[in-house]
Amino acid sequence: MLNIFRKRLSKGVVTRPLAGAGQVLPEGVEVLGEELKKEIYKKFGRSFHIREVDTGSCGGCESEIIATTNPIYDIQRFGIDFVASPRHADALLVTGPVSKNMVLALKKTYDAMPDPKFVITLGDCALNGGLFKDSYYTAKGANNVVPVAMHIPGCPPDPALIIRHILAFLHQYK
Amino acid sequence: MDYKVIIKDVLENNDIGPGDISECYGDEVRINATALNFKNICLGLHKINRSPVMMLFASDERAGRGVFVVTAVFMAAKYKKWFFVNMDVKKESPAFDSLSKEIYSATFFEREIKEMFGIEPKDHPDMRRLNLHDEVWPEGAYPLRKDFNAGAKSESAGAYEFKRIEGEGVFEVPVGPVHAGIIGPGHFRFSVAGEPIINLETRLGFTHRGVEKLMEGKDVPGAIRIAECVTGDSCFGHSLAFSHAVEKICGAKVPEGVLAARAIFLELERMYNHVADIGGIAIDVGFSFPSNHAAMIKETMLALNQKLTGSRYLKNINEIGGIKKNLSAEERSYLRKTLVQVLKDFKDLKTTLLDSVSFMDRADSTGVLRKKTAEDLGVVGLAARASGIPMDLRKDFPGIYDKIKFNLMKQDNGDALARLNVRLSEFEGSAGIIMQLLDKLDLQAVEPSGAKMSIKAGSALGYAEGWRGAILYWVKLNEEGIVERCKIVDPSFHNWAGLSFAVLGNIIPDFPLCNKSFNLSYPGNDL
Ligand code: SF4
Repeated sequence: MLNIFRKRLSKGVVTRPLAGAGQVLPEGVEVLGEELKKEIYKKFGRSFHIREVDTGSCGGCESEIIATTNPIYDIQRFGIDFVASPRHADALLVTGPVSKNMVLALKKTYDAMPDPKFVITLGDCALNGGLFKDSYYTAKGANNVVPVAMHIPGCPPDPALIIRHILAFLHQYK
Repeated sequence: MDYKVIIKDVLENNDIGPGDISECYGDEVRINATALNFKNICLGLHKINRSPVMMLFASDERAGRGVFVVTAVFMAAKYKKWFFVNMDVKKESPAFDSLSKEIYSATFFEREIKEMFGIEPKDHPDMRRLNLHDEVWPEGAYPLRKDFNAGAKSESAGAYEFKRIEGEGVFEVPVGPVHAGIIGPGHFRFSVAGEPIINLETRLGFTHRGVEKLMEGKDVPGAIRIAECVTGDSCFGHSLAFSHAVEKICGAKVPEGVLAARAIFLELERMYNHVADIGGIAIDVGFSFPSNHAAMIKETMLALNQKLTGSRYLKNINEIGGIKKNLSAEERSYLRKTLVQVLKDFKDLKTTLLDSVSFMDRADSTGVLRKKTAEDLGVVGLAARASGIPMDLRKDFPGIYDKIKFNLMKQDNGDALARLNVRLSEFEGSAGIIMQLLDKLDLQAVEPSGAKMSIKAGSALGYAEGWRGAILYWVKLNEEGIVERCKIVDPSFHNWAGLSFAVLGNIIPDFPLCNKSFNLSYPGNDL
């Protein structure tokens, strides 16, 4: 226990200001984040909840999504959280080229979400199949199965980029 | 005694002559079998080498030779050889004698051969499909046949039949394919009597993308891109195994500096994954402090990868015969500095975990995979080492690792704690390996430009000890350097069965812990 306190104190706050964390980020995103926190508070009633579905990803995209929740990026500070059930979700975050075996599961997950709901695709695979576009076994992207509102490009996109895209999306949302 | 004794044994016990046995690349022995002696040769090699079926796959050679070929691969670690048994299978109603009843580790491979090629393993106890789910894929469409028409439409061939466990008080808990966390899809069906799990049936294949088919027809640089995306936590391991196969075929002499740099990347991959799993094991027993601590170390490692290679996941750095970018002197010293800091943080993480009585209580004796079971199932890599099987390609087929001092990390209990302990020691072990390799690189004025070589036709096995275990690529190239067939075996394919046995007798709330302690890849298994 003592060890935990010692570690806690010696490490201090590790969460990075976003502008420094990824060079891809323009200045002021942090401020944007703060503003958005207010917007999320208004538009979505306190927080924005995301349900993630892997439809045949290599796992790289998942790794980066998980990284957005680590103490360094800490996406939760903006009021965004990943939830365990589609029933609790405002948005569905889809990765992978949609293997035939996942078409039904993806549809069902989408149907289980309450309105209003959005689908965000993440990673080149989810856009149009990416490297797996010519396969006999993929639906060539999520938009062939569910309506997609936004795409986050990359293979995989890094955590700062993911956060920036989600924030930008929320900013536009009326 | 050397590997000739094995050849002698094969010759004595089977109706074949020395002309049917050939050797290539210094580490492969290839045996041409017939439908009559294939099974017996395989059983012999399995027994004498105490090797599971490391690979078993088919290729469609109907266009050239008018037959299918089935190949089984065994490992003779003691002699640093791979034994291949090849058999022609006639193209009309193709079939061969199943090995599964005698060698469990052949089971899944044979089911795969059946669904992908329509070649029947005669007398196989379980012919259900793995990846081409019955609900969405018709009967009689075999994707890995050369004449397969990709336009085949989706239609159902019925539903999958789960094994039913019946009896008073037995109930089933189905979970998945979509899970609660940010994680790959798979279906687990637990049969429970009271609290303990009495059967776990795992249905995978949800991330099947047809990788092996996509590989066909690609040139080598194109294929290596796909190899990197087979499973996103082992991008480098997979690209390394693939390039190794191609380099063998083309007879490339890869400079030592390149080998050292590649080994550094392979160990970096091991480190970031091990620390992520250590954190994952902690969170799955609800201990969030060390898990966040581990996440910070992982992030540091990924940022380090980015700095050294331009990719957080070590993509796009490996190429055939070389690497795309050398480690400069500054990068090497930066790597050293970062590792020293990381090791310090890691020590704290380790103390936090091992000093926590409640954590140890959860991990200790949970999810035991006994050595005998692990051997029978053909479990490899980290999970095998945690169950007392001293197996590590870095020791068995060392290459550059021959010049490095490190210990094979073995545990005997086979429980979640043992798998955690292997990771804890290997994390530090890998840092030690990297330091030694850096010394080597510092000494040589390395300019590890790629090997000179020209593309040749041929086939070879490439391999690498990824962080989960042995990653195997069997690659066949034609004269133009186009991939004709590529069989990929990720260690997860061997190890999923291990998880099903490890959970028996445990309670469902401990499943996440058991699962995480293996942390197998869905996409690596499903391809
Ligand atoms: S986009 Fe890239 S990282 Fe993401 S799932 Fe596809 S291959 Fe993997």
